[in-house]
Amino acid sequence: MMTSVALVIGIPFLSAAVLAVVPGYRASAAGNVLAMFATFLAGVSLLFVDAGASSYVIVDDMNILFIILNTLVGLTTSVFSASYIGHEIETGKLTPLFVRFYHAMFLGMMGSMNVALTANNIGLMWVGLEMATLITVVMVGIYRTPSAIEAAWKYFILGSVGISLAFFGTILIYLAGQKALGEGAPAMTWSLLQAAAPQLDASLLNLAFIFLLIGYGTKVGLAPLHAWLPDAHAEGPTPISAVLSGLLLNVALYALLRFKMIVSAHPEAIDPGPVMIVMGLISLIFAAFMLYQRRDIKRLFAYSSIEHMGLITFAFGMGGPLANFAGLLHMAMHSLTKSAIFFAVGHVAQAKGTQRIAGIRGLSVTHPGLAIGLAVGVFAISGLPPFGVFMSEFLIITTTFAREPWLAIFPAFGLLVGFGALLWRLQDLLFGEPTEPAHKVSASSVPLIIHLGLVLIAGIYLPPTLVGWFERAAEMLK
Amino acid sequence: MNHAYDVSHLLAGLMLVASFSLLYQDRIFAVLNIFAAQAILLSMAVGWEAWTQQRPHLFITAALALCLKGIIIPVALHKMIVRLGVHRDVEQVVGVGKTLLLGLALTSLSLMLVLKITVAADSFTREGLALALAIILLGMLMMITRRNAVTQIVGFMSLENGLILAATGARGMPLVVEVSVAFSVLIALFVFAVFVFRIRERFDSVDIEALENVRGDTK
Repeated sequence: MMTSVALVIGIPFLSAAVLAVVPGYRASAAGNVLAMFATFLAGVSLLFVDAGASSYVIVDDMNILFIILNTLVGLTTSVFSASYIGHEIETGKLTPLFVRFYHAMFLGMMGSMNVALTANNIGLMWVGLEMATLITVVMVGIYRTPSAIEAAWKYFILGSVGISLAFFGTILIYLAGQKALGEGAPAMTWSLLQAAAPQLDASLLNLAFIFLLIGYGTKVGLAPLHAWLPDAHAEGPTPISAVLSGLLLNVALYALLRFKMIVSAHPEAIDPGPVMIVMGLISLIFAAFMLYQRRDIKRLFAYSSIEHMGLITFAFGMGGPLANFAGLLHMAMHSLTKSAIFFAVGHVAQAKGTQRIAGIRGLSVTHPGLAIGLAVGVFAISGLPPFGVFMSEFLIITTTFAREPWLAIFPAFGLLVGFGALLWRLQDLLFGEPTEPAHKVSASSVPLIIHLGLVLIAGIYLPPTLVGWFERAAEMLK
Repeated sequence: MNHAYDVSHLLAGLMLVASFSLLYQDRIFAVLNIFAAQAILLSMAVGWEAWTQQRPHLFITAALALCLKGIIIPVALHKMIVRLGVHRDVEQVVGVGKTLLLGLALTSLSLMLVLKITVAADSFTREGLALALAIILLGMLMMITRRNAVTQIVGFMSLENGLILAATGARGMPLVVEVSVAFSVLIALFVFAVFVFRIRERFDSVDIEALENVRGDTK
């Protein structure tokens, strides 16, 4: 187990160090893809090792899926990034020096996220998320336009405050575990905390969970702590938007879930469920309405990410095997679909030379390939069958309906509102009089096809092994 | 034992006083000086914990706080401000009186909250934690009530001071975390510095207000 985990973390960091000195963007883009491919293989190798936990790392049913998803999306994004960055160099938006920096940072971010995902020590988990956050801040500001700097500044201030609150929550968890587990490392080890959960100090756990919810919730993008998210998505390079939406939000939610498991294992601590239900629903419905006013294509899909993270938080707030199963499935489906949409959007914005929706019309005429990719992605994310997102949303709504019929109205309403907005905007983008300019872009369609293909397959047939994992992870979440 | 108790709370209390005076300072150099004083107090508090808890590795954290936040960062920011020529008064979004009242409310909130919740913990931890939370909240308040980029940086670092105080007050918390916190502060400065310079390049000012006109979506 240790070797695989060491590889999953080590490969990105070592390659980042190497790419930091490789001149030439073609070589470094290829190196990026190669490094991510090796990381993906290391991630897959985790399937063949025994689960287990040491004092610093852990591999169990809960995180193995996230690690593989993380490395897979990292790999496909690196392929997309190669063609995207090529175009940015040609148009002079980025200089080769910045691209070298960009590739090193990209790998550093993937490595940090893998640290957070494999950590068994809650301090280490925090370090991983903090590092990934700081790196994305730099990446968001990489174009150095006034709006990029504003977005990065906002992201940095809100992200740091969030992450500081999460750290205070981590200290409180340590204090809660101190009596039962003794001073030192054991009281920061997640697996030991989880095993000893009923003996922890209940009131400290309560306070800790509130801090962690607000802290990591800021990173998840839950309303009203979401203000950084649309700006950061809109102003950074699109590959970064893809990993922000597809991965970083998931990793932050994953960290929150680990703590939820500890808190819900304590009989006297607060029930995290209702708090998460309320925050999830607020984010879902708020974001769904905000979709109607968006004029920037990347902001549109950023709000859609808030909507879906809200839905997922709601599902985990409901709890129970079925809702947890649906929440985990939705996390995977959203991650694949949303990053696929950003792959398409990135090329669309390059082809039209703008991100403003008003400047993008008639894609179906000028760029039929991109139009189809975008349309399929938007159909998938708005929850149309036969895609995987439909299945997970359907599961969330039906299981809620079975248990709390009146509560099911809210997510269903939010999803319908969001559905309308997305299809309305899609129609604007695809049809109508084509707008100028319409550059040719050498889009790499492979990442898009892989992602949407997986989402389609998951919607039609989920392999029993995959279902088994989701079920065991859902079981762990209670 | 009693001495240990008194001294650590004295130092934490002084840090809280520094947080309050950060709230009402209107000159940028005074803000930097008080921040440096707070960082030095932090290093003393951490050093005292290292001594009384018999955890010598905490001295590293104390030394880091002293050198980095007590000396290097304030001096660097001082130089930067002189070079940028922005050493004028600091505008506040909220008036001084209101800010101080809010600060008082936040302090009493954190005292009441932490003291009530940590009844089971030993008094060392609980009172230290209450003071640390107050410092964290005041740091946040400072970030909200200031417009200037440099004072927001100081607010954030004062928030980090509170975090480190809380982390060292939690007896036996492993070193990994403290080093990482110190490390992240270093990175934070790096990132911040980059931004401050870029903001300067673009707007001839480190006033955040200049940034607020930039919105990608409203028009």
